[in-house]
Amino acid sequence: MQRASYACGTVDHAVHRRKFVGSLAAGSVVGGLGWLTRGFAADAMQARDMRVLVFNMHGGLSQLESWDPKPGTKTGGPTRAIPTSVPGIHISELLPHTAQQMHHLCLLRGVNTSEDDHGKGAYLMLTGRRQSPAADYPQIGAVASKMLSTDQQALPGHIVITPGAGGGRGNEAAYLGPRYASIALDGQKPPQHSAKPDGMSDEVEQRRHAFRQRINAEFLSRGRTAITDAYTHSYDQAQRLMERRDVFDLNREPANELARYGNHDFGRQCLLARRLLSNGVSFVQVTHSNYDTHNENFNFHLEQLGEFDKPFATLVSDLHTLGLLDQTLVVVLSEFGRTPNINHYYGRDHWSKAWTVVMGGAKVARGADFGKTNEEGTAVIDGQVDHGALFHTYLQAVGVDSTQSLLVDGRELPLADPAAQPIWKVLV
Amino acid sequence: MESAGVVLAGEPAIDPAKARVVNDWTYERPLLACRMSPTGAIVVTSSEDFSLQRWDLTSGKPLQLKAHESWVHALEFSSDGTELISGGCEGNLVWWPILDETPQPKRTIAAHQGWIRAIARSPDNRLLASVGNDTIVRLWSLSTGEKVAELAGHERHVYSVLFHPDGRHLLTGDLMGKVHLWDIEARKLERSLDAGPLHTYEGGQRVDFGGVRGLALQPNGSQVLAAGLHKATNPLGAVHEPLVLRLDYADGKLLKSHVCDGIPGGVIWRVQCLPDGTVIAVCGGSTGGFLLFFNDQQDKDIARFKLPALARDMDWHAPSARVATVHHDRHLRVVAFG
Repeated sequence: MQRASYACGTVDHAVHRRKFVGSLAAGSVVGGLGWLTRGFAADAMQARDMRVLVFNMHGGLSQLESWDPKPGTKTGGPTRAIPTSVPGIHISELLPHTAQQMHHLCLLRGVNTSEDDHGKGAYLMLTGRRQSPAADYPQIGAVASKMLSTDQQALPGHIVITPGAGGGRGNEAAYLGPRYASIALDGQKPPQHSAKPDGMSDEVEQRRHAFRQRINAEFLSRGRTAITDAYTHSYDQAQRLMERRDVFDLNREPANELARYGNHDFGRQCLLARRLLSNGVSFVQVTHSNYDTHNENFNFHLEQLGEFDKPFATLVSDLHTLGLLDQTLVVVLSEFGRTPNINHYYGRDHWSKAWTVVMGGAKVARGADFGKTNEEGTAVIDGQVDHGALFHTYLQAVGVDSTQSLLVDGRELPLADPAAQPIWKVLV
Repeated sequence: MESAGVVLAGEPAIDPAKARVVNDWTYERPLLACRMSPTGAIVVTSSEDFSLQRWDLTSGKPLQLKAHESWVHALEFSSDGTELISGGCEGNLVWWPILDETPQPKRTIAAHQGWIRAIARSPDNRLLASVGNDTIVRLWSLSTGEKVAELAGHERHVYSVLFHPDGRHLLTGDLMGKVHLWDIEARKLERSLDAGPLHTYEGGQRVDFGGVRGLALQPNGSQVLAAGLHKATNPLGAVHEPLVLRLDYADGKLLKSHVCDGIPGGVIWRVQCLPDGTVIAVCGGSTGGFLLFFNDQQDKDIARFKLPALARDMDWHAPSARVATVHHDRHLRVVAFG
């Protein structure tokens, strides 16, 4: 029987042994085995407590209306800049609540990804690699789930909250396999089919589960594969998830908490993200839509960022208050930015040459800005970074050595693009 | 397209078929809004560089005026044409002695949180009304700048404002297609008219779009014209068609939906009524710029004039029967009819 061509949690898919041994040897040189326990192993243990929260600003958020305003210039539009909680850092007036949380965040204003296509831009921002017919790479959510989750966790390690709960269970986990693919939620309801059928007693449910486990065990005694392991894992995960449906139930939140986040879909989705992270989910992605504003860019950004600002700022503040921000990497990304040029109908088009990604929490420098665009925002003039460097940095920020590889079917598969490096200057 | 051949009682006749650009001047940056002075001697425009421009219509020379910290979408002359009030996206109202050799702001008021979208002057020249993104309708003394009233009732951005000729009522239109009718003296919302077809919620893109971009009244005040767009199948991609709704002022009944064939990427930015009741509208959007004409007999436009470039605003000047238009291509144009 052919082995499945994705990581399954077996030794074959462990952290690349040569890399580990190499690290160990290097550690021995500089400090003996003590380095291992205090350094690599300690970091690895710490990584298991780390989380990632990604806001995907679907369609292409305008950097000029958000993180890198250019008021009074040819390209600035009507958007003004406002001071933030960090002296010297200004962001768009459309983000007044976020401005007050800037001391938790870091702006990377020199992003140049050179990809203006929606699909390809989204792919490279979520995988850290350019799309290629020769290979498929796992998204950051799948990688985070793989590297940060444990089998003992009751909840899935990779959750995407998106309007309509679309997507998920696609090829976002690539060679990591379906166990690291996302569970999609819409913020309104628990995962589909996670409730016990009406009329089924606990006793019947337990007997049903026991029967399945017995049949499984008989089948697995004749041979295990990555596929059967993933299949078994899915059932076990579903069982655990059914027991923790309460985590997805926003009705358990006091009314004033819902009010703090805003009585709209995105507010509820952010509150759900807080509940998931608080309960140990390793990766949560919240999609906010839609920023593809070829037409009337300013009206739509007023509308969309007006909805985004308060829930996002409230969530960042709450993570800090709950003591979770040191363990949680926050990323605000998009597939690209928008053109500095304002088109005929007050729109901005796709622009990947000079835009902004925001990070915060975990090991990211707080209250910082890195990288700079020119006066009209048309080009990066300092601190240029790309998707590959960002992907490395996301992993390093949660204590994962982004230069390591996985062995899949005998092939070394680097977690992040080996041609890129982490942005060490934004990590502490 | 049939020629309208409109004849105005007591005014010059206009024939849209004879429309032509008689003045065409260029500024440094794309233009946003315009108003002609009551005398017809000057036009004031606003630009993406935050400034206003005073254009002398005999020389075509612009004089740049600076006071705002953002774009200016709202302009209004006093009835005698000696003052101009401008409302900016930073939320300030500015009074200008516009006929001075080099006008300087006479009064600046922090009037709104966020954008001012539209302003209007009362028929008796006593009040100025302002609306914008903070959803509050505010009334100001035109002579002193003092705030007279705040009217709350809109739930979303307010796009347009207009005094009724009876002087006792104010109409305001918002993103959701609601037209509120306010009793000025009682300072309260009297009733609302439904211009809902001007609003689109596009579920796939998760955006509210459209709104009452322009408001006008028939000269006798009996009908309301609410303008904007509909058929917004792709709001983010500028796929939508222009629409003017004709509503009965007394009971809010929809009398006509004026549509336009062949403008798949159009939006009406402003609508006005000529003294004989003919409706003129300026259309921008991805299909280009048009002046559109409607009457109360036909659903579709009775005439249209293709402008040389995409338009963003217009102002009809009744005494000279001319229309000023401003464009993304940085041009101020004046259109005459005959």
